[in-house]
Amino acid sequence: MIRLEARPEPSKLFGWASPLIAVVATLIVGFVVFTALGKNPVEAFHAFFVKPVESLYGLGELLLKATPLMLIAVGLAAGYRANVWNIGAEGQLTMGAIAGGGVALAFHGSESMLVLPAMLVAGAAGGMAWAAIPAWLRTRFNANEILTSLMLVYIATLVLSLLVHDHWRDPEGFNFPQSKMFTETALLPNLLAETRLNVGFLFGLAVVFAGWLFLQKSYAGYQMRVAGLAPAAAHYAGISAPRTVWMGMLIGGACAGVAGVGEVAGPIGQLLPSVSPGYGFAAIIVAFVGRLHPVGILLASLLMSLLYLGGESAQLNLALPSAVTGLFQGTLLFFLLAADVFIHYRIRVARRHRARVAI
Amino acid sequence: MDTLAQLVILTLAAGTPLVYAALGELVTEKAGVLNLGVEGMMLVGAVVAFMVAAKTGSPWAGVVAGTIGGAATSLVFGAIALSLMANQVATGLALSLFGVGLSAFIGLDYVSVVIDGIKAVEIPGLSTIPVVGPILFGHNPLVYLSLALFAAVQWFLYRTRAGLVLRAVGESPQSAHAIGYPVVRIRYLAVMFGGACSGLAGAYLSVALTPLWVEGMTAGRGWIALALVVFATWKPWRVLIGAYLFGGVTLASFQAQALGVAIPAQYLSMLPYAATIVVLAIISRDVVTIRLNAPASLGKPFHSGT
Amino acid sequence: MTLAHAPASDARAPRLALAGITKIYPSVVANEDVDLDVAPGEIHAVLGENGAGKSTLMKIIYGVTKPNAGTIRWEGREVTIANPARARKLGIGMVFQHFSLFETLTVAENIALALDRERAGGDLATRIADVSTHYGLPLDPGRHVHSMSVGERQRVEIVRCLLQDPRLLIMDEPTSVLTPQAVARLFETLRRLCDEGCSILYISHKLDEIRALCHRATVLRAGRVTGTCDPRLESSASLARMMIGGDLPHPQQREAKTGEPRLVIDGLSLDADDPFGTTLHDIRLTVRAGEIVGIAGVSGNGQKELMAALSGERTVERAGAVRLMDADAGRLDAEERRALGLAFVPEERLGRGAVPEMTLAENALLTAHRQGLVRHGFVAQARVREYAADTIRDYRVKAGGVDAAARSLSGGNLQKFIVGREIRQHPKVLIAAQPTWGVDVGAAAQIRQALIDLSNAGVAVLVVSEELDELFEICDRLAVIAQGRLSEANDTAATDAEEVGLLMSGSFIAAGAHSEREFSPAGAIGS
Repeated sequence: MIRLEARPEPSKLFGWASPLIAVVATLIVGFVVFTALGKNPVEAFHAFFVKPVESLYGLGELLLKATPLMLIAVGLAAGYRANVWNIGAEGQLTMGAIAGGGVALAFHGSESMLVLPAMLVAGAAGGMAWAAIPAWLRTRFNANEILTSLMLVYIATLVLSLLVHDHWRDPEGFNFPQSKMFTETALLPNLLAETRLNVGFLFGLAVVFAGWLFLQKSYAGYQMRVAGLAPAAAHYAGISAPRTVWMGMLIGGACAGVAGVGEVAGPIGQLLPSVSPGYGFAAIIVAFVGRLHPVGILLASLLMSLLYLGGESAQLNLALPSAVTGLFQGTLLFFLLAADVFIHYRIRVARRHRARVAI
Repeated sequence: MDTLAQLVILTLAAGTPLVYAALGELVTEKAGVLNLGVEGMMLVGAVVAFMVAAKTGSPWAGVVAGTIGGAATSLVFGAIALSLMANQVATGLALSLFGVGLSAFIGLDYVSVVIDGIKAVEIPGLSTIPVVGPILFGHNPLVYLSLALFAAVQWFLYRTRAGLVLRAVGESPQSAHAIGYPVVRIRYLAVMFGGACSGLAGAYLSVALTPLWVEGMTAGRGWIALALVVFATWKPWRVLIGAYLFGGVTLASFQAQALGVAIPAQYLSMLPYAATIVVLAIISRDVVTIRLNAPASLGKPFHSGT
Repeated sequence: MTLAHAPASDARAPRLALAGITKIYPSVVANEDVDLDVAPGEIHAVLGENGAGKSTLMKIIYGVTKPNAGTIRWEGREVTIANPARARKLGIGMVFQHFSLFETLTVAENIALALDRERAGGDLATRIADVSTHYGLPLDPGRHVHSMSVGERQRVEIVRCLLQDPRLLIMDEPTSVLTPQAVARLFETLRRLCDEGCSILYISHKLDEIRALCHRATVLRAGRVTGTCDPRLESSASLARMMIGGDLPHPQQREAKTGEPRLVIDGLSLDADDPFGTTLHDIRLTVRAGEIVGIAGVSGNGQKELMAALSGERTVERAGAVRLMDADAGRLDAEERRALGLAFVPEERLGRGAVPEMTLAENALLTAHRQGLVRHGFVAQARVREYAADTIRDYRVKAGGVDAAARSLSGGNLQKFIVGREIRQHPKVLIAAQPTWGVDVGAAAQIRQALIDLSNAGVAVLVVSEELDELFEICDRLAVIAQGRLSEANDTAATDAEEVGLLMSGSFIAAGAHSEREFSPAGAIGS
């Protein structure tokens, strides 16, 4: 008979091992899926995981796509540690892109070096404003932030659609729903020749470092952790629950907003009806796979970025649908959650009486 | 057909997927399990139903397949959240993300396929009675089925011993375990019922309401269904009312566009989402009512400890 | 009406006989080679201190937990009790220490859930009424459990068992929720049951009760049987020696020297923030420097709400309703009250007093951050570890170092850590709720001694407890809480258990206010 038995202490080993177990299990599933689709799995793996990063350009793309993921995931981790479930990062990203893009359009053609910083500030503010709505609804009306933040994703997308179809549409854009292309001062400078990698990546790294300081070293970060692990203990210690919600939501919103600016001022260069291939949702997975720890998130964002690139590459080289990326993302999170059980429990095989084997 | 009958029929039609999904989630939550994967399960149900309907030519076979598909998807949630006791919020989120990916992946070849959907059945003599005829008899068969499901859920929860046990498990799994009920098995059944209902909701979308398959075609209805359960303070009859209210809101946004109201379409499309937020805030504000009606163990993992 | 049907098989066989029962948990051996037999119509005590393995043994008999080894014989036949349903089928009923009731369901629904299908059907309400009148346990089948007092809930549990016609009734610490007078009534009911042939297994750590009620006692210590005896022939001291392997520790005498008022509760009223909670009415109490004041009462009479209002976990509208060191503190939150010199040991250790998953070092930071453990907004790791290590050393906490998770500690050791963490912050006022609940005798004595030393050092100490013995042992003055109201505080020397018991049943409350158990909406006052 196999059953689970609570460990007296959480296992540190499995805390680190379970993301790796999840990755390996996901690869095995990938192997099975590729085989079932009649593809040579070795070839498929090569196309999926190696080919995209064989060139310098590919490596640049890897870091480029990892940037919004690490940014958003670090912001979300602050909230998730405190049991503040902001799942509307996609909407906050969109609002950040709208606010930052609005600045870029308002100063279209300006030579000022301040345009870009202003865009970043506006983007952070836009994301925070959008995240403030669920925070307010939760602290004032006790409304579940999961549902409200998600509803706001749909609304943000519609707002963006409204703007690019109407108010902000490029008059010379042949009636396509898109804004004018941003001018030079509103674009993030390139970081590495022959790639699309821009300084946004450095910004992402800086935020990861700041996140590490905040989450791992600061007293405020400790308080957030207490609020998430044991709300009654937080209350007992005088840690304000509304403040925790506000901090968790606003940090997440700011990071997502900046990530939105990074997209429109980076690879996209204008406002389009869609400014993100679901980075806001993928970042949820990044945050979990990275153990809500900034260093883990950095690594997980690279993995998730590779999954995006692999999906595109598989479409080109194997005629596989790029939707396979979404499938792998979900599978990865499932395996992670399943493997996490071994942090708090161990398997015990009990044969009737006395015989016990513990691993 | 006159406008009143038309309105009633369209409102019920728009509300029915929410009735299915929210009733299923209500039963799941009554057992103390919060499954945020409704959107994912609906999508899987929708795509499976559509594929089977297209392959077999029978939309009813599709409905059955979609229901089974939803229940099967929910088993993944059950295995991770119930057997392995993972965080229910995270697992539910994962299920939604996974459902979006999975449905997009397997439904790729069916995006522009056309099928014969399930339509309202004309009953000679009855459907043609003016006004009352269409209002009573002019609906899609799946709308009637959803009403039957409502009655069944209401009866089950409050009139049967099994329903009492289910509610007891949601109230205090420790107590239920102490007096000898198999908590995890009961929760599995509740989760699977929720999954089947979500699958059925998705099937209704793809083979009855708008017989076609589009990626992400549920458009957040799974999340609205979750909000509806809170709105209903876990009471089936309020789920029914809430679902039709939202059906009405959705309909209003379509109708206004059709009538050429001079508001950009986006504003009208925002209506159901904005309404969900407002309604959620108003209901949640009453903390006492929520505390008294929400299953006490909602979202908390259970380990028997033996 | 008789409950016990004479066993057809062997009338001389014990009703229940355990042999060699062993139960091993990953970190502890709960039962080791336990033998126990219970005769028909016998009230048999299982005596042992907290953590001795009594509850585990009862769960094994009731089929909730499976033993690793050993045999169970029921009326002479060897049986396997796989689950509680099987236990009930055999004729075993159990009244749990922490009730297994469902708050939002009615009494009748709660009872139906524990009965099998045939028994639950038909005229259940009539049968509930019959049993409750026969045994003097009045109940309204239509009432919702959440509206009932703890004593009433226990009645539901007992009636629920009796409806199953048990031949063995297990009572796990049944008197911890009752006033002395209610205990006397419960004993009458139990004696009537045993006269009718029902056997009773009575779990307790209260020596006087066992001597008054039980025919035989099996004593457990650290999971093993250390003796069986007839408790009517034993003294409390001799029972205690069997139970803890030594004499009951007695704390050092107090030197009463009281000073200025430190904590003044002045007409505190507070609506319950929970639909199942209690509303506080016009509470008045003064605790002076150097004295220990106790608050007695049956749990669920407003202790939880009073503690939250004093600790600052809930604030009150009128700032003057709670005064600390002469400052109006009613509107201050927990953090601000700590800054004034308040320390608080809450009732729940895991999840409130400590974060279960965090290490002891991290848990030290929970309230002691003002002791130089935070620098410029960052956690001073070395100082945090030092504070935790000092606490572990000074309070003799048995733990695997400062990196041990709080949940890995036994109840007594974690409580010592929490008490130590609070006391080492040099508070001016210390409030402790149920400081020794579920704690072994040694740790309990140590904790009581720490409270006495603290008051000798001039700190004002307020202790809320359900253990009357404890309050009489350490308190200078004693007040009683009942239905959200607080009695006058009397000198402990001038009162006795009888008088306090009467107060606990609400005798001091004016006639008009007596029966109200109102349902008040949340949020009117406080955060």
